[in-house]
Amino acid sequence: MNTNDTLSANRRDFLKMLGLTGAALVVGVSSGSAEVMGGPVSRLLNINAAPTGTALTPYIIIDKTGKVTLMNSQPDMGQGTHQSIPALMAEELGLSLDKVTILQTGGEKAFGGQVSGGSASVRGNYMTLRQVGASARELLVTAASQQWNVPADECTVADARVHHKASNRSVGFGELVETASKLPTPKSPKLKDAKDFTILGKATMRPEVPAKSSGRAVFGIDVKVPGMLYASVERSPVTGSKVVRFDDTKTKQVKGVKHVLKANRVLEKNRYEGVAVVADTYWAALKGRRALAVTWDHQGLDQFNTPAYEQQLHELARQDGVVDHAAGDFTKALADAPTKLDAFYETPIVSHSPMEPMNCVVHWASPTSVEIWASSQGATIIKENMVQEFKLKADDVKVNITFNGGGFGRRLFQDFVLEAAHIAKEVGKPVKVIWTREDDTQLGPFRPMTFSAFRAGLGADGMPLAFQHKVISPSIEATLGTPLKAGTVDKTMTEGISEQKYEIPNVDNRFVFAELPVPTGYWRAVTSTTLAFAHECFIDEMAHKAGKDPLDYRLAMMTKASDTKRVLTKLREVSNWDKPLRAGWGRGVAQWEFFAGLAGHVVEVSTRKDGSVKVEKVICVIDLGTMVNPDMVRAQTEGAIAMALTAATKPGITFQHGAAQQTNFDTNLMLRINEMPVVEVHILTEGGPVIKGVGEPGLPPVAPALANAIFMATGKRQRRLPMDLEKLV
Amino acid sequence: MATIKLTINNQPHALDVEPDMPLLWAIRDVVGLTGTKFGCGIAQCGACTVHLDGSPVRSCSVPVSAVSGQKITTIEGLSKNADHPVQKAWIQHQVPQCGYCQSGQIMSAVALLKTNPKPTDTDIDNAMQGNICRCGTYTRIREAIHTASAEISTTNKLPRNGAKVGKR
Repeated sequence: MNTNDTLSANRRDFLKMLGLTGAALVVGVSSGSAEVMGGPVSRLLNINAAPTGTALTPYIIIDKTGKVTLMNSQPDMGQGTHQSIPALMAEELGLSLDKVTILQTGGEKAFGGQVSGGSASVRGNYMTLRQVGASARELLVTAASQQWNVPADECTVADARVHHKASNRSVGFGELVETASKLPTPKSPKLKDAKDFTILGKATMRPEVPAKSSGRAVFGIDVKVPGMLYASVERSPVTGSKVVRFDDTKTKQVKGVKHVLKANRVLEKNRYEGVAVVADTYWAALKGRRALAVTWDHQGLDQFNTPAYEQQLHELARQDGVVDHAAGDFTKALADAPTKLDAFYETPIVSHSPMEPMNCVVHWASPTSVEIWASSQGATIIKENMVQEFKLKADDVKVNITFNGGGFGRRLFQDFVLEAAHIAKEVGKPVKVIWTREDDTQLGPFRPMTFSAFRAGLGADGMPLAFQHKVISPSIEATLGTPLKAGTVDKTMTEGISEQKYEIPNVDNRFVFAELPVPTGYWRAVTSTTLAFAHECFIDEMAHKAGKDPLDYRLAMMTKASDTKRVLTKLREVSNWDKPLRAGWGRGVAQWEFFAGLAGHVVEVSTRKDGSVKVEKVICVIDLGTMVNPDMVRAQTEGAIAMALTAATKPGITFQHGAAQQTNFDTNLMLRINEMPVVEVHILTEGGPVIKGVGEPGLPPVAPALANAIFMATGKRQRRLPMDLEKLV
Repeated sequence: MATIKLTINNQPHALDVEPDMPLLWAIRDVVGLTGTKFGCGIAQCGACTVHLDGSPVRSCSVPVSAVSGQKITTIEGLSKNADHPVQKAWIQHQVPQCGYCQSGQIMSAVALLKTNPKPTDTDIDNAMQGNICRCGTYTRIREAIHTASAEISTTNKLPRNGAKVGKR
């Protein structure tokens, strides 16, 4: 089935879904297989008429009453895509977002990759959707100007109307639908000048905030469909265990329990077994689950313990590993260097722990047709996974993406969807599966740990001549069932270490692979969250060894102009770096540039007589170029800092006998309000039209800037995460 | 099964449920008010916070039978149009990111301001540290509570007889 058929077959359903009854002007991009994203196209679509013409991917739908619907292709997990994506079109159309209907796409192939991840949503849609918006504007303006017989350039758009000031006339978008749809679609419409923006680049109110402040916003866990049953699944805390047998005698005595069946959690290439209890209430399903007696075969996976694994990583660190990036002659430069230093850094496994536990509602209308409701970062991924797992046609998988109650990378993995789909299929009724917090905490996929071994040689002036960062870590993809080819580097696991702007003549960065029997996944800012800690702390160690100020030292390694240099220079100014701090306080600096973007932080800490350290303030400079909503940039950066502080200072996940020792928020601790420092966010837009990511860059510099601040305050170098702020001094 | 009578947002309900069902699931799955969220099930995160006779409780850890005959307020009962002073402040400061924990945050904040209309940052930290926000909206929660506090104290000072209020 090609892309054309996909949308034309569903077009009338699509219009029905929008609550439209008549004809509507639809503006989007061509869905022709040869020219996807080949410029805007438009058409009058009539719900009562058979589909005609080539298919288009509709982003803007304007009906004859003037109701405007904008499509959002990027799932909203709190990063603000419910505003930022439609805003790209609304800006060009002169619309206020509180006056339009925003609809989430459901993985339809025509909309391209509908996945929120990699801080890429705005970057990926910025120009295309502005063009679609501008094209719609030009159509409406041309229609109005022809109707009034006035030049088009005298017409303006505002409040879903076209205005002609000179003659004091205006006409609603709805009245122009019919005429506009007969005009040729402008292929290169004139985009608004940035100085005329009323939404983009402004701190505006997000349209979903009232719903999210009143309990009205619908998350996956809130979905209810007629005849729906509830399920809870017993899975071994030793992920990968097989069900030998289960005794459900007591479970079936629990009132409300309807079915007990084997469950399949399909996580990428791994398949994990469980036992599902399906009941007429969630409480009955939970009680039934607790009454189960399951005998597991742990497949030897219960031998896994964190201390032994860490020991193994230390031993692997002696291996040469595979070169990630090399420049100059590291070995000779190190041998010749008058000053040498080395250090070893360690980080833990951590959980994503979004506040909404994994859940999914699945309804099979027939054995070949299914509807899914999920809080998911990846509508497209759900569709692809369902097609593959159940051998379905893409059109027979209808996906409804709700607001995500947090994602942070966890909801890029659709194991919770596939598991629910298997259960619902077997039961033959709609089923909502809800994971407990214990399930969510113990079963992963987790952010992997990385260990880092450093060697550096400094010249007589203290500046680096030779530098080596060797990463010893598992591979995310390998833990998900795709083995790493021997002798290769998993570039995700060395992310960023060879991209920093430090000008060091002789570099030899390496990767040593360590098998890990626990599923791991992408976590907000991925491997940069651990590697930046190690890397930027070791740079501080080099500065200290050289007897230089750590910020001066970093800048001295950057003779060429760069975004990083600009960030650090700004950071020096806004953090009052050169002014002394109060006694007992310390400050540290770190920066990180990686696939998602670039930010630098200064962290200020105070020490107390009881030996504890308090994080007082985090000053952030984030480098963006172009942005949609500066208030959302601030919010995302505040959030990234909070998340990074949790990862840097809370215990994380450790394993004993193959099972995570932490089960819920009483043991898997999260930063709370009393631990939140003052945060100051400075946004750099000097970078010009380049758009950088927002959601992740605020995260990596936190842990190293904090550790460097603690070193300045206490003289104690922190080389292992988590740092226990209660007992540092 | 037992019939449990309770009043939710001033509406009487007679629920035919297992007496040990946590109030959270009775509110969400039986009554159908889904603004109250499930976060941990062990009273550690505050996402399920509701008011029981005006005081904040974690509804995930209260069996429905234990609150028989009592008055419960959920986020839906706070206002019709998201215009309770705390909700207005939440919107003004654009507090929510994902929004999942915010019903619980707001219910905790409303309860705090009832007993302490002018909380300091420390008071806020003490009252709100039972509510986890994984998106890290804590600095905005603090600011919003101060804003709501200011509005509540201003409103309370207004004459109730409709007398004109001059420029302040």
